[in-house]
Parts: sequence; structure tokens; C-alpha cells
Amino acid sequence: MENKHLPNYLEYQGKYKGLMGWLTTTDHKRIGLLYFYSMFSFFLVGATLGILMRLELIAPGKQLMEAQTYNALFTLHGLTMIFLFVIPGVAAVFGNFFLPIMLGAKDVAFPKLNLLSWYLYILGALIVLSSQFMGDGPPDTGWTFYAPYSLKTQTNVVAAVFGAFVLGFSSILTGLNFITTMHRLRAPGMGWKRMPIFAWTLYATGWIQILATPIVGITLLMIAAERLLGIGFFDPAIGGDPILYQHLFWTYSHPAVYIMILPAMGVISEIIPTFSRKPIFGYTALIISSMAIAFVGYFVWGHHMFTSGMSDSSRWIFSFLSFIVAIPSAVKVFNWTATLYKGSIRLQTPFWWAMGFIFVFMIGGFSGLVIGSLATDIHVHDTYFVVAHFHYIVFGGTGFAFFAAMHYWWPKIYGRMYNTKIANVGLAIFFSGFNILYFPMFILGLRGMPRRYYDYLPQFTDGNVISTIGSWIMITGLLILIVNLAKAKKMTGKAVDDPWDGSTLEWKIQSPPTLENFEEIPVITGGPYEYKDR
Amino acid sequence: MSKEPNHISGYKDHLMILGVLILLTIITVAITQVELTALNTAAALFIAALKATLVLLYFMHLKFDQKVFLIMTVLVLILIAAVIGITVIDYIDRY
Amino acid sequence: MNTKTGNMENVIQTHPAHPDIHRDDTASKLGMWLFIFSELLLFGGLFIVYSVYRYMNHVAFDLAHRELSVTVGLINTIILLISSATVAMSITAIQKNDKKASLIFLSATILLAVIFLINKYFEWGSKFEHGMYPGSDLMGMLSNGDMLFFSLYFFMTGLHAVHILIGLGLLSASLIKIRKNKIRSDKYSLLENSGLYWHLVDLIWIFLFPLFYLIH
Repeated sequence: MENKHLPNYLEYQGKYKGLMGWLTTTDHKRIGLLYFYSMFSFFLVGATLGILMRLELIAPGKQLMEAQTYNALFTLHGLTMIFLFVIPGVAAVFGNFFLPIMLGAKDVAFPKLNLLSWYLYILGALIVLSSQFMGDGPPDTGWTFYAPYSLKTQTNVVAAVFGAFVLGFSSILTGLNFITTMHRLRAPGMGWKRMPIFAWTLYATGWIQILATPIVGITLLMIAAERLLGIGFFDPAIGGDPILYQHLFWTYSHPAVYIMILPAMGVISEIIPTFSRKPIFGYTALIISSMAIAFVGYFVWGHHMFTSGMSDSSRWIFSFLSFIVAIPSAVKVFNWTATLYKGSIRLQTPFWWAMGFIFVFMIGGFSGLVIGSLATDIHVHDTYFVVAHFHYIVFGGTGFAFFAAMHYWWPKIYGRMYNTKIANVGLAIFFSGFNILYFPMFILGLRGMPRRYYDYLPQFTDGNVISTIGSWIMITGLLILIVNLAKAKKMTGKAVDDPWDGSTLEWKIQSPPTLENFEEIPVITGGPYEYKDR
Repeated sequence: MSKEPNHISGYKDHLMILGVLILLTIITVAITQVELTALNTAAALFIAALKATLVLLYFMHLKFDQKVFLIMTVLVLILIAAVIGITVIDYIDRY
Repeated sequence: MNTKTGNMENVIQTHPAHPDIHRDDTASKLGMWLFIFSELLLFGGLFIVYSVYRYMNHVAFDLAHRELSVTVGLINTIILLISSATVAMSITAIQKNDKKASLIFLSATILLAVIFLINKYFEWGSKFEHGMYPGSDLMGMLSNGDMLFFSLYFFMTGLHAVHILIGLGLLSASLIKIRKNKIRSDKYSLLENSGLYWHLVDLIWIFLFPLFYLIH
């Protein structure tokens, strides 16, 4: 590397030093890390809340807290995890950091807007969190703010709702920025069909962010208006329809699941070819499936409402469409496994994470079919089965991909390599803990334990004890992973520049990258997954 | 970045479109003053869609810009129509 | 810059000689369009609510809409249409390097926007005078359908007025920049995008007008 003399983006001195240098940066890599630090802190807060909830549920009856505290806790757990961690998630951190590099660009299309998105994110987060301490007590509606309860409860719903609105704005601006970047800043020679799959998934995600987020934005504003101004939209007492609220809420919040999972799938689609030393199987199919998930995913929201009194024809339409959306998801899993076939697989840490992802994502996906079909959903709706399902998808999917991305790109981001043995051990513990924590919930749900409750009947005790123990194991694994990554050793040369023999553009530059990534804009002459050693 | 050829619309074009838009507005008002029940809702919305199309194509320049903007806009409008349609299906069935 | 051989290796250095490499007008326009799509969906959510409640309470909506003055609505519609045309003509003028004409057309747009808001103020004001405003006692006594109609009326026209204000801000910024020659015949991205935003405001009103003032 002849450009070693250039300071990398971590050392680079702009107009301001130290912390101010970070807070005023327009460098996409630094913004990616700003997101990373803030999001990961929120994740730890959310995880702590989860652990406390599990501890409360270790036995029937009151253990640690009052019922109202529990309600506030699970609302905050949902709000932090959904709005502050998984929705910005992989896209805001790794998308920001790697999208421009993968395209051969120096930055995103609108760097200042990018920084503004982060500030809006922080502002939204602060508003959401302040709702816990201000007004008439923390919101107890759950993260869904269902009307009419959210209109009637005395707690501080307006602040939480407004915070979510600001977060949505941040999300829209990020999506807008990424789409424009992909349209305008691809390096010469990088046609649409030479973009890495991760970029493609961000493209699909960007469209959902732009087109779905405003719907929840306006809905939340209506909730705020109804509470503050006393006008009527959803209150049945004045002719409003609470089911309409659910329609509007899920018109965003179901696509939001794809905002979370698509970039996660993109990460997996990067890792698997690198460690199989093979071009990804079915590149075009993967692109089409991403776009199909984004598109069909927009029309399946009603499957959250099968038991809420929606009409019969809507129910089967939404059930049918939900099954359709399983097809592109399955196409992806088949393509990943087909990429493994006859590859020369390297069993390294990121690869194990990708395998873990596929395993838990499959369980999450199949259980999704159970609740996507009308007849079975009637039985398991609002039980722990659903809780297990969405933790397998949201945490198992996005969370695993997030950690996979951390282990895959850590050397590139920091120029430091972690201890792979400890990482593998940590993963094994984390993975076991994850399954011990969430799998019993499937069984509890099938046996009829309702979700969201503070208390349960004694016959559900066994499953809950196992689940709580699982949460301790998982948190142990998590701590090992974090400490291991934090203690990664500084290295130079190939050990961090290109430890996995990757083929996408980020592995062709030094680690950590320089301020402008590329000294000269590269010209692309081939596809993203062409390995020399094949 | 290559420079795209710029199409400049003349003042007269804009004035002509404006004339048509105002004419359509007056027609809508006229139609809806007559009692035609369901038909006048349909007519008013049809004319509104027509006006919107004119604004999009000429004032917002979609007709002359790169095609990608036009394609995106059409897809977004279809999406909005589809979402409204699917939601309304539920209500037609229930009420 | 890189020592590896591979298909994505740098072959030649490309950097189009451009006075300002960070400027990309097409990117700005694309960004504005994407934002407009977002805005369309924002109002789209309200149109869903409107359609559903109109379907459920069509008799009440029918009667309630007669409370609104078609004349005021019509005047405002025509004002917005003209302002849309003038902003488009302002762009034409700047493209033809006619700074003076551009300033005149843009000032006309801003003036029309202000007149629209004044009209709106009096329209809302007369409702308020009759005790009809969000949270009022009168509104609390309305029947379900009327309540929904007027809630939607205040919320949707109110949100539209907020967009007019944002549009006014963008147009005024453009006006100042034209005066300072920051917007020129070879660099008018801001004016063009403010224009796009202004047309969006017009576009929304094109639907709000028949939905609230006309159809029955």
C-alpha cells in the first residue's frame, strides 16, 4: 500500500479536534460509527430491560416490580429495540460505512443531510426516552400505540409518539440519501448489475423507508392531534374506527420489518460468497427477491390484524399475500445454500455467524407461516408463540446479521483484529443462550400463555424458568463477544486490510480507510464476486 | 457526471397549461353543482387526476426529464392507489 | 493505490474536469423527488382515512361539506394554480438568463402564496367565530360523521398550510439567492427544487379541493 502516509479517517484532523471533530463530521464512515456507538448503547439498554422482564417472569406472581412498572418496561423495551436499534440497524451503521466504499465513491450523495439524519435520530431517541421521565408517567401502550387505549391512557403517550415521528424522519432521509447515492455515485464501469448484493438490499430498503415511514408518521401525528386538540379520528365514541388505526400503523410497521431484515440479508449475501470462495449463486434472483420482498411486503400488513375484527375477505387476501412474501425469502435461503455447494468453505468467525443467522431465520420464517395462516393464527395470536416468532426474526435475523457484520468488517473499520477463538466460543454461548431463551416461548405459546401479561398461571412455570436461564446464558455470550471485539489488536497489512480475501471494493483499500476512501476513483471491469483463487 | 440536455419550456407553454387547469377547475365546480349523485364524485376525481397529471408532466417537467423520474412517479402513484384500495376492501366488506 | 490483482482493480484515473466536483444537480433533483414521494405518502395516509370515513358516513359528509364555501375554495385553487405557473415561468426565465423576469415571477408566486394563507386565515377564522374549532364545545356536540369530517378538514388543510409555509421558506431563499447571483442560468438547482416542492403543494390541493368543497 503506497498511500500509507495518508492519515486514515480515525486520525484525520478536520477543522475541529476530538469530540467536536466527530460531532461536525460529514464523513460517512464517522457518521456510521456515530450511529454504531449510539445504537449499541440503546441496544444494551434494551437488553437490560429484557433481562429485567425475564427475571420478573421467572415465577408466577410479583418478583421484582409492580404490574404498571412491567407495562412501562415492555413498552420501553419495544420502543428502544424497534425504533432505536433494529430499524436504523444494519443500514445506518454498516450501510453508511460501506455503501459508498462498495460503490467506489468518496461519500454518500448528501453528506450534510447524512449528519442531519443522525442528529434527528439522537433527537428522536432523546424525546422517546424523556417520555419515560416527564409528564404523567411512562407510556404503557406497548410500542404499537393501539387506539383507543393510546387516546385514553393518562401516561405520556404524546412525547413517545412525537419521538417516533422524528425517528421516522431520520429514517426517510437516510433512505433518500442511499438511493440517490446508488443512482449517481457508482464508480465508472459499475453498472447496476455489478453492484454488491448488500448495496442492492439497501436500495430496496431505501424505497421502503421513503414510502412506508410517512404513513406511520401521519398516523402518529393524528394520535397526537387527537390527544392534544380533541379532534376525532380513531375514538369509537365519536365514530372513529380503531381498526383503521391498526391498518395505518401496520401499513408502515410491517414493511418496517423488511427495513430491518433486508440489509441483514445483504450482509449474509456478502459473507457467504467470501467464505465459500465462489460467486454468489443466482445474483439476479437475489436482486429480484429483494425488490419483491420490498414490494409484496408492502401489502401484507393485515396479517397482524386477523383477530381484531377485520372483514373475512381482507383476512384471506392478507393471508394469501403473506404466503407470497415467503417465496422471495425462501429464494434467498436457497441461493445462500446453493452458494455453499462445492465451495471451498473457510470456517471462520463471520461464516459461523452467517450460518447461525440462517438457522434462526429459518425457524423464525417457518413459525411465520404458522401465524400467517388464518386457522392457526386464531389459536396462537397474542400468545408467546408470536413473541418467539418475532424475536427469532428480528433479533435472530437482524441481530445475528448485525453481529456477523461486526465480525466481518471489524478489521476494516478499526484496523484491528479480534481473537477468533474467543469470538467462536462467544458465538457458541450466545447462540445456545438465544435458543434456550426463545424456543420455550413457542411451546408456551402453543399451550396458551398470553403475551404482554405481567403474570401467568402456574402450569407455565417450567418454560419460563428455562427461558429466563437462557437469557443469562445469552447475556454471558454477548459480554464475551463485546469484550473480545473491544480488545481487538491493532495490526497492519493484509491481516486487517483483507483478512478474508474478499472481492468487493472495501477489501481493496487500506484499513482503516483514508478520509476519501479512494485516492482515485476506481474503474470497475467485473462483477462483485470474482475470486482469484478459484 | 455528464450534463443532461436541458429542455426549456416556453412561457407560452406554461400559460397554456395554466389556462387548461383553470378551465378544468371551473368544469369540476360546474359539474358538482348539478345533482348527479355518484357520478359527480367520479367526475370530480377524474378531473382532479387529469389536472394532477398536467402538473406532473408539464410544470414538474416529468415529460422532458430523464425517464427514470417518470417511472418512479408512476410506480409511487400506483402504490398509493393500491394501498387505499386494499384498505377500502376491508370496509366495503364490513359495512 | 492497490497492489492486488483483481477484476476491480483501477485501470485508469477518471476525474471529469469540473469546476465543482461535489455538485451534482441531477442528484439534488432526485433527492427532491424522493422527498416528494415521501410527502405524497404522508398525505396518502390521510386520503386513506378520508376514503374510509367518507365511505362509512357518506350522508354526514355530504351535509357537512355544504358548510364550506365553494367560492373561497375555488379562489384559493385558482391562486395556487397561477402561483404554480409563475414559479415554472421563473425557472424558464432563469434558464434563459433573464434574472429580472425570474425575480418578478418568483415574487408573484410568493405574493400569491401569502394571499392563499390570508384567505385560509379568514376561512378558518369564520369557522372559529361560529365556535367551530378543534376542541371547542360545538365540535364536541357534533354527530359522529360531522366530527370526523371537520377533524379531517382541519387536520388536512392545516397540514397543507404547514407545507405552504415550508414552500414559502424555500421560495424566499431562492429569491434571495437569485438577487445575490447565487442562482444563475448555469446553476439553478435550488430554484428548480423549490419549484418542484411548490408544485407538490399545488398537487395536494388539487385533490383537497374537490374532496372537501365539492363532491357529494
